[in-house]
Amino acid sequence: MSGFTTYLKSIKRSFKLKNFIMYFILAFVIILFGTLNSVTGLKRSTVTLLEQMSYSMIMALSLSLVVGFLGELSLGHAGFMSLGAFLGGYMQTYLYPSLTAGAPLLSLVLSMLIGGLIAAAFGFVIGLPALRLKGDYLAIVTLAFGEIVKVIFTNVKFYALDGRLLSTTVGVLKTGRYDQKSLFIIGFIVVLLTMIFIQNFIKSKHGNAVMAIRDNEIAARAMGVNVTFYKLLVFVISAFFAGLAGVLYSNASHNINAADFDYNYSINFLVMVVLGGMGNLNGSILAAALISFLNNKLQTILTGDMAGFKNLFYALILILIVIYNNAPKLRGFRAKYNLRNLFNFVKAKLTKLFTKKQPVPDPAAEVEYGADWDKIPTKIEMDALLSTDFTPDNTYVPDKADKPKEGGKE
Amino acid sequence: MIDIITTIINGLSLGGVYALIALGYTMVYGIAKMLNFAHGDIIMVGGFSIFVFFNMIGQPLLAVAAAIIVCIVVGLLTERFAYRPLRGASPLAVLITAIGVSYLLQSLAQIIFGAAPKKMSAFSDLGMLNIGELKVKIATLITLGVATVIMIALTLFINKTKVGKAMLAVSEDRGAAQLMGINVNFVIALTFAIGSALAAVAGASYILQNPTVNVSMGSMPGIKAFTAAVIGGIGSIPGAMLGGILLGLIETICNAIPGLSDYTIAIEFALLILILLVKPTGLLGKKRREKV
Repeated sequence: MSGFTTYLKSIKRSFKLKNFIMYFILAFVIILFGTLNSVTGLKRSTVTLLEQMSYSMIMALSLSLVVGFLGELSLGHAGFMSLGAFLGGYMQTYLYPSLTAGAPLLSLVLSMLIGGLIAAAFGFVIGLPALRLKGDYLAIVTLAFGEIVKVIFTNVKFYALDGRLLSTTVGVLKTGRYDQKSLFIIGFIVVLLTMIFIQNFIKSKHGNAVMAIRDNEIAARAMGVNVTFYKLLVFVISAFFAGLAGVLYSNASHNINAADFDYNYSINFLVMVVLGGMGNLNGSILAAALISFLNNKLQTILTGDMAGFKNLFYALILILIVIYNNAPKLRGFRAKYNLRNLFNFVKAKLTKLFTKKQPVPDPAAEVEYGADWDKIPTKIEMDALLSTDFTPDNTYVPDKADKPKEGGKE
Repeated sequence: MIDIITTIINGLSLGGVYALIALGYTMVYGIAKMLNFAHGDIIMVGGFSIFVFFNMIGQPLLAVAAAIIVCIVVGLLTERFAYRPLRGASPLAVLITAIGVSYLLQSLAQIIFGAAPKKMSAFSDLGMLNIGELKVKIATLITLGVATVIMIALTLFINKTKVGKAMLAVSEDRGAAQLMGINVNFVIALTFAIGSALAAVAGASYILQNPTVNVSMGSMPGIKAFTAAVIGGIGSIPGAMLGGILLGLIETICNAIPGLSDYTIAIEFALLILILLVKPTGLLGKKRREKV
């Protein structure tokens, strides 16, 4: 019992709103739109948008795990999604008639699990070459995988149990459609569960191992991290969620076309991850909502060749954000102009506006640092020394600003 | 028998195109240590330049020359503004930027020229050559000839000239090359220029074989040529040629077999994954040990 209370205490101590805010936002969205939907009924277009947002968010989270935390690039995530959409959706056409009378929800959940597991199995297969390769080679392998999946599905005809064709066009599958009105609620609940799972995974010791691989694979290996195991694990988890998103997609769109899951679709998710900030799950979710909103709205505004402007915008997002975040020469610029500084600046201005003027402290009244005899001046602060980070080009960046030397004041 | 010979000639010619593109990939990879995802789209830029200049001048050779210049300019611009700021950053960042550049070029082309394919039959209709029963398109032979000449010239350039040796030195060890007084930025820019020029020529040969120009014409040949470069061993120039020709042959042979033709792309990519699994350095690549 005492163990439980210490556990609760440790939770209370480590509780930071920043880490949980997305849960509240998602829960709020679910409750808000759920009640709106049941009370007044939402417009068809809004429901479609919410459905698109839900599976895009799952995809963004899943890709974020690979790109942001493992540090590898997957260009075949649409392939995993396609596997989930086709095979999970196909299973659903079997499950649907047998289960639909009693439990449509059960058939949806079962097919999501099946779609996810199938995709995870393929994630394992794709993870195997990932063990020998990295960086550019791995990106190309995942791209090749996505193309292979696309080519195979565009050439496959789907038959129902009784031998009739499920769809007359090759490469298109009509899938079961879960109840139109409440699919997005289930979608958002799945987003919430995905978020909880991935965030806890990242915070566990396994997550630390994964991030250690990202930061320096050789060092991680030297520290005893099982690189093989963790790379595979991340690919399997990521593929599982992508397959799950695929089943949601197949439920939302009813008619799925293999040619839609192409390279550009994978890049679409990459844009979300990059825009949200690599290694930031909250950012990925927000960016996924924003991008799917833009996709949905711009689809009607920018028709035909004007659709190029949308892609131009995404391309600029990719290039500018990556250069801003990574260019070695922009380090000073980054430190000066970033969102956090802007936020602090605005906050300072606002507090200045709304609070009374504080009396300026008298400089003479301040205690001199050198008179502080609690500390032995010669003692080296081991913690500060151990936690020093070395940046890749080995310039020394101390965690805290150096304290003035005690002896210098005499 | 005649069919087999025709298929092989077509395969060699397609392989020549792939080899030209793969050379661009492999040189940039070897020297700048980055995968230039936008390389395929430089082919598209070349294709559209040929389309514009051919309709303007009406002279195929001049149009190709102008396209080469346009491609070199575009290649240098992308290198200067997208890749150079990221020199020394993580490979993942460079890769994502390259994808962004590829997307940028495609969307710009879509905005300017529209997504509908443009017919170029006047450029590529050169007639057939009959040798007994054997019928070969003259365009195919030209592609094969041009590819061979360029490959020989490039090999000579890299191995015999001073600049070429500087390129080899930079690909071997950038830091040491810089200490020896080689202007690394210049060498990398030059590599991009050569790669883009090759892409323009590849674009011309590609149009000779498929007489249309469209926005996404470069992406698939680009990815396939990268496959070719990996099969041959990336960073190795003879490897790129070998890989390109192998891939061209495999593609034409698969296309000639009725049941397989739908799955050609899948077969090629499966081959890529297989080769990377068995021999990640490719057929002629050197193994590099990673140092701490």
